[in-house]
Amino acid sequence: MKLELKKRETVSRRAALLVPLASFGVSLLFGAILLAVSGANPLRTYAAMAVGAFGSLNGLSEVLVKSIPLILTGLGVALAFRMRFWNIGAEGQLTMGAVAAAGVALFWSQNLPAWTILPLALVMGCVAGALWAGVPALLKATLKVDETLTTLMLNYVAVLYSEHLYYIAWRAPSANSGTERIPEFSWLPKIIGRAHAGIFIGLALALLLWAVFRYTRWGFELKIIGSNPNAARYLGINIARNIVVTLLVSGAISGLAGASEVLGLTRRLQQGISVGYGYTAIIIAWMAQLNPLGVVLVAFLMAALLVGGDQIQMRMRLPASVGVVLQGMLLIPMLAGSIFRDYSLHFSRGKHLESGTANPEEADDGRPAETEEPHATGDGA
Amino acid sequence: MTETLTLLTSILTITLRAGTSLIYGAIGETYTERSGILNLGVEGTMLMGAVTGFATAYYSGSVWLGLLVAMIVGAALAALHAFLTVTMRANQVVSGLSITLFGTGLASFLGERLGPASNNYNLVGMIGPRFSPLAIPGLSEIPALGAFFKQDLLTYALFLLVPLAWAYLYKTRNGLNLRAVGENPQTADAMGIDVIKTRYLYTIVGGALIGLGGAHLSLAYAPGWAENITGGRGWIVIALVIFAMWNPARAVLGAVLFGGINAVQFRLQAGGTTIPSAYLNMLPYLITIAVLVAMTWWEALSHRIGAPAALGTPYMREDK
Repeated sequence: MKLELKKRETVSRRAALLVPLASFGVSLLFGAILLAVSGANPLRTYAAMAVGAFGSLNGLSEVLVKSIPLILTGLGVALAFRMRFWNIGAEGQLTMGAVAAAGVALFWSQNLPAWTILPLALVMGCVAGALWAGVPALLKATLKVDETLTTLMLNYVAVLYSEHLYYIAWRAPSANSGTERIPEFSWLPKIIGRAHAGIFIGLALALLLWAVFRYTRWGFELKIIGSNPNAARYLGINIARNIVVTLLVSGAISGLAGASEVLGLTRRLQQGISVGYGYTAIIIAWMAQLNPLGVVLVAFLMAALLVGGDQIQMRMRLPASVGVVLQGMLLIPMLAGSIFRDYSLHFSRGKHLESGTANPEEADDGRPAETEEPHATGDGA
Repeated sequence: MTETLTLLTSILTITLRAGTSLIYGAIGETYTERSGILNLGVEGTMLMGAVTGFATAYYSGSVWLGLLVAMIVGAALAALHAFLTVTMRANQVVSGLSITLFGTGLASFLGERLGPASNNYNLVGMIGPRFSPLAIPGLSEIPALGAFFKQDLLTYALFLLVPLAWAYLYKTRNGLNLRAVGENPQTADAMGIDVIKTRYLYTIVGGALIGLGGAHLSLAYAPGWAENITGGRGWIVIALVIFAMWNPARAVLGAVLFGGINAVQFRLQAGGTTIPSAYLNMLPYLITIAVLVAMTWWEALSHRIGAPAALGTPYMREDK
């Protein structure tokens, strides 16, 4: 008996649905073992997490609160990942978006009419995020500088800069840290509990991106660049321009996440703006298989894990990082399982006779024929 | 004159101490990438090495046992990466990122869970056994160069490991095979080299070294475990490998450069400068970007490609 793998022409729909679900199960199982080993009752912990997240209106509104930045950064990351641009700088883009929005709300209202401040703060949040992603994109498009490192390094720079602002440069004289509260006319309205109108922005953008990916030429170009750059070049797609434009949009969406945190939730620039949403966004984008509607669903689940983690910290004095561990664990079975989506498995007995399936010459011609990356773009809802 | 010399010696001493974890990590990552596997899990692996190494040393009282556990943990995480990317053909970038995300989360959980009950199970702030600097009598008195002789045992071990790592890669049959697998796995396979085994082996060895680098942080460089003790060093390691053009000996230069930034930053802060500390703390990250840009540009201009040709691509032999 010999196992053979054949690359599928299109991804397996069934596996695309089952693998993330199975990953979630494996992750919970691993977490249960970890909890049991560290002396906590896994079932009781999970029950407490679920009740904490979904058991009350307050819990649910907290899940919504955390969903907003997760949906937005998840969308931003998914957009860049579509073309296999590894933007892992959503955290920094979010932080710069928060800085810009706070700056506009705090300092521009002296000179400009009040009603312009909220839209301007949102726009400048986008601009700041776009610039923060645009620099690595430009470096990649012109000089081919590795984007994983540049986007990531800029996260540290952004977080340090924001800390400098709320600890020193913009600190309210009355506080140890944090700026003054932004004026009321610059607030994004709350809807339930602490959850604010940013959720509508997130949902609208998800729908918009879904339509863009499905129906526009740009969406098509991203997909070709991501799955087969050589074909993209052959088709005359301008890859460098696509990198810059796509990353400006990707950064803008993550910047919007930061702006909406400041304008809708904290209402000042303060500690706790950069708490790792930009990294969770990577997990979200990949779990959702880069589908914008999937991003909404997965982001909601990830938010529930975070809220559940906070709850067990309060109630059971367990580390809140349980939620983060479960999230971190998710991608591993997901990655292991993607082989079932991208390849079909055949068991063959002894030597196979159909020479039509594979040409033995092909394997040894020194040409990297099988070097394209597994395509993770499951299309449609 | 003597004052400048003392300052130089002290900066060099801190430079080497700060660079040690980077050098271990860079050698590990170089070997991994030479086999064609890109492991972006360095940051998470170093964190896991740091927390498990420190916890082991704290309870057993043995820094050596701590080191061993950190290496095993690093090797295990790398084995997971190898399994995902080599056997399951997962995307190497995403797999590495997932190792980092998983390792970061788990390390922070363990740091809040493995401590003594008296400290609310928290490991942060606990004092354990350490690798202390051991000054070599005589040699450590030499101006400037003496900095090389007042280090801890893990730094001294590098005096041996770096030349060995270089010689193994360039002067042995195994090293040649390793480079062949990273450059052209098809040809290597035809020559009878087991590509799969080679990739597993060097990814795992690399992971052990990266874990060891992490343990240096919590067992020698810092007084113990602290949340996010690496502060992006894992990513700087990956940049160092590019800077060194996949040559373990040249990684030392890079590590000294980055260690030097730390040292200068440290001196400036201690000396009371007017530059806000946030801007000083940005330096390592900004310089990493600048170095990457310069290296990439230079490689393009001189038509030299340092990266193993097959880096990041899965190897599949569909037939046979």
